[in-house]
Amino acid sequence: MNWFAIGNIADIPLRGARCVKTPQGKIAVFRTAENEVFAIEDHCPHKGGPLSQGIVHAKAVTCPLHNWVISLETGKALGADEGAVKTIALKNDGGALFIALESLMVAAE
Amino acid sequence: MTEKLVIIGNGMAPGRMLEHLLEKAPGQYAVTIFNAEPRVNYDRIMLSPVLSGEKDYEEIIIHGDGWYIKHGITLYKGHRIVAIDRDARTVTSDHGVTESYDKLVIATGSVPFILPVPGKDLPGVITYRDLDDVQAMLLAAQSREKAVVIGGGLLGLEAAAGLAGRGMDVTVLHVMPTLMDRQLDPAAGYLLQKELEGRGIKVLCKANTRAIVGNGKVEGIELEDGRIIPATLVVMAVGIRPSVGLAREAGLAINRGIVVDHGMQTSDGSIWALGECAEVGGMVYGLVAPLYEMARVAASHLAGEQGASFVHSDTPTKLKVTGIELFSLGDFADGDDREEIVLRDASAGVYKRLVLKGNKIIGTVLYGETADGAWFNDLKKKQTDISEMRETLIFGQAYQGGAPLDPMAAVAALPDDAEICGCNGVCKGRIVSTITEKGLTALDEVRAHTKASASCGSCTGLVEQLMTLTLGDSYNPAAVQPMCRCTDLGHDDVRRLIKAKGLKTIPAVMQELEWKTSCGCAKCRPALNYYLVCDWPDDYADDYQSRFINERVHANIQKDGTYSVVPRMWGGVTNSGELRAIADVVDKFEIPLVKVTGGQRIDLLGIEKEDLPAVWADLGKAGFISGQAYAKGLRTVKTCVGSDWCRFGTQDSTGLGIRIEKFMWGSWTPAKLKLAVSGCPRNCAEATCKDIGVICVDSGFEIHFAGAAGLDIKGTEVLGLVKSEDEALEHIVALTQMYREQARYLERIYKWAKRIGLDEIRRQIIGDAGKRKAYYDRFVFSQKFAQVDPWSERVSGKDKHEFLPMASIGYGQAAE
Repeated sequence: MNWFAIGNIADIPLRGARCVKTPQGKIAVFRTAENEVFAIEDHCPHKGGPLSQGIVHAKAVTCPLHNWVISLETGKALGADEGAVKTIALKNDGGALFIALESLMVAAE
Repeated sequence: MTEKLVIIGNGMAPGRMLEHLLEKAPGQYAVTIFNAEPRVNYDRIMLSPVLSGEKDYEEIIIHGDGWYIKHGITLYKGHRIVAIDRDARTVTSDHGVTESYDKLVIATGSVPFILPVPGKDLPGVITYRDLDDVQAMLLAAQSREKAVVIGGGLLGLEAAAGLAGRGMDVTVLHVMPTLMDRQLDPAAGYLLQKELEGRGIKVLCKANTRAIVGNGKVEGIELEDGRIIPATLVVMAVGIRPSVGLAREAGLAINRGIVVDHGMQTSDGSIWALGECAEVGGMVYGLVAPLYEMARVAASHLAGEQGASFVHSDTPTKLKVTGIELFSLGDFADGDDREEIVLRDASAGVYKRLVLKGNKIIGTVLYGETADGAWFNDLKKKQTDISEMRETLIFGQAYQGGAPLDPMAAVAALPDDAEICGCNGVCKGRIVSTITEKGLTALDEVRAHTKASASCGSCTGLVEQLMTLTLGDSYNPAAVQPMCRCTDLGHDDVRRLIKAKGLKTIPAVMQELEWKTSCGCAKCRPALNYYLVCDWPDDYADDYQSRFINERVHANIQKDGTYSVVPRMWGGVTNSGELRAIADVVDKFEIPLVKVTGGQRIDLLGIEKEDLPAVWADLGKAGFISGQAYAKGLRTVKTCVGSDWCRFGTQDSTGLGIRIEKFMWGSWTPAKLKLAVSGCPRNCAEATCKDIGVICVDSGFEIHFAGAAGLDIKGTEVLGLVKSEDEALEHIVALTQMYREQARYLERIYKWAKRIGLDEIRRQIIGDAGKRKAYYDRFVFSQKFAQVDPWSERVSGKDKHEFLPMASIGYGQAAE
């Protein structure tokens, strides 16, 4: 597991998200109203919508394409829908944020 | 290998069979359906509510066209199969389509029985079987004349009540001494007759029809005793017969219906039959529950599973006439080996009768009060020995074992395996567990997940009681629909309280109105944000995190995550400079699709989010601002060329359209707002299906509103005629402001207008100059804050974070 610096918590609006580009696709990084930070794949399990563009509420995000609600903690769809995205380990070091990517991905080049 | 499955008939039984089959063995069959009716599968039980006007046809569709497409099913609508060739294994339709099959399912249903009396073929004599019959009855009902329904059974009485509700003078003729004699005993039949007579329906029992009389069309009915009853419409509802002609010609074994074994297979090993046309164990069926049981069994066998076997069970009967409570089950004939318990309350119109044999319930008739029907059904089904509670049995479940007298207690005390929805065979335990597991809070959700109350709807009350039991006080079916699960308040209450309490931020609303979640959800937050933007234009700071992505980044998100951009083109007018600038942007950013929209402007599709500010910067240099094609706000004002060019034009429609658009752009509204101005009544700008439209005429400007041309199609209503452009603008702006202040978020103007009434809108906007001016002034004030081009703001750096990734991690980047 390798930790990559992605920036500061202040770069993300409260109840908002930013995305991080990686070789294996985009990762969405969320900041909740309570200042918690989560990272999940930026790819809704339903039709691949960009979750980073959704509305953030409590510890969940609503996908902008078809309103699936995804838990930021577990990556699982909430409500009647079924599906899940991968969650990405994230470290908040006094506001400096790091995400964990597998070494395999980094070594790929 | 995929086998070919051909189904003759597209009613509820084969529809349900397909649902099971697609679940059990997806892809096993290539399915072709021939439907003699020119439509999809709909809920035939709900035809009576369509007749009475309580539902629309669209509401009773079970499988829409999309369902057949999604599952790759070929549906021939309006194709009646005329021949089955069992040797060649083909079927042929009346339009000459021949289709081969590996397996064939016959589900031809039943045909109404026609009394063999003179005059039975006269125009004006119809049966009650499908949607065409209902439409014929509705057409006839417009005359408000006299109708006769022959047959006092379930179907006949529903037809009679529906026609009476539509304003016809209805007489029911029934050959037996009391109504619904197959389901009700004489006492309940009598109460039912009194109730119907109270509603103005005449009932003649022991009435034998001798002939239908009329010269070229129906004029009346002649009874055996010589009486003539005048009528312009005769509905025959004297029973149904299994439709077996096709199967008989094909040489299959036929008795009353198509004979099938308990696996629904006919005498030909490749052919199955189910539904009202099938005879199993010597019985034919007409109620939906056993037909759905047949569907389950047939699907199981077609999926290759052995062992599923049709089991007979009695099905309770209910009459679907609003306000009449009636329940009947099992056998209630008198007999030496039988006892009965009867309860009558004449003043309350209640009659209950239980028929017992050996201390077990074998039949039940309930009239006027049917809440205990499910419980009695359960006792009968389980053959429960009732000797212990014989004294109090008739009073119902709530009176047993000293349980408290609570209307909910009866439902609470039902065992988990008690059947709630007879049509779909859904028991209490399944409903309760689904509500809990899936967190359901609305009746429609429960219908979607369990199918309970999704067919005839007569168990809706029970399902709602179960919801109340499971969810506690948080479920109140009579209450206002809450905005979302974060609050119990409806949109109107929230809007009122925002003004009354002077709430000016989303956290303040959530705090003061006791929101149940910490920061709302994707349903309530955008609504609250709009209400606050609308009510406090100068004080409220727009919360971008509560806006849907399109309104946050001022472009339209597409399915692949790219965006489309639509610059404003005032009144649909452009010029070479603008077009050249657009062409340059398209080349520079390699925009994959350029498309002319329905609102007379140009859509640039497939733009990466990061490129948006640069695209806007270039468009801005040519003078373009955002077209707000993404907004719940003013979109376009479509125009025709008007009196400047058109030989028919009466006014300068283009000029007026541009003037309106320049005045109103940037305003947020509850839902999108599309306008149009046509220069003459030929209406080339299609103003009469817009949210607000203007038709120019010689004498001035006719203002229209509340049209729709999307999910719904609806012509506009006329607001009024004004003389000058200035007046037209003032009226349109005032109407828009009234809509902005009153409608619920996402409610289009036509729905709002329907809800509050056209007359009220005309009264305030046309009739009350003071009110109109006040609305107009509030809109003008609000525009001071709204008319800021969001694109140029972002070009100059606002919300930069929205358009850039937070970080890019490359392959070469070293790990920490």
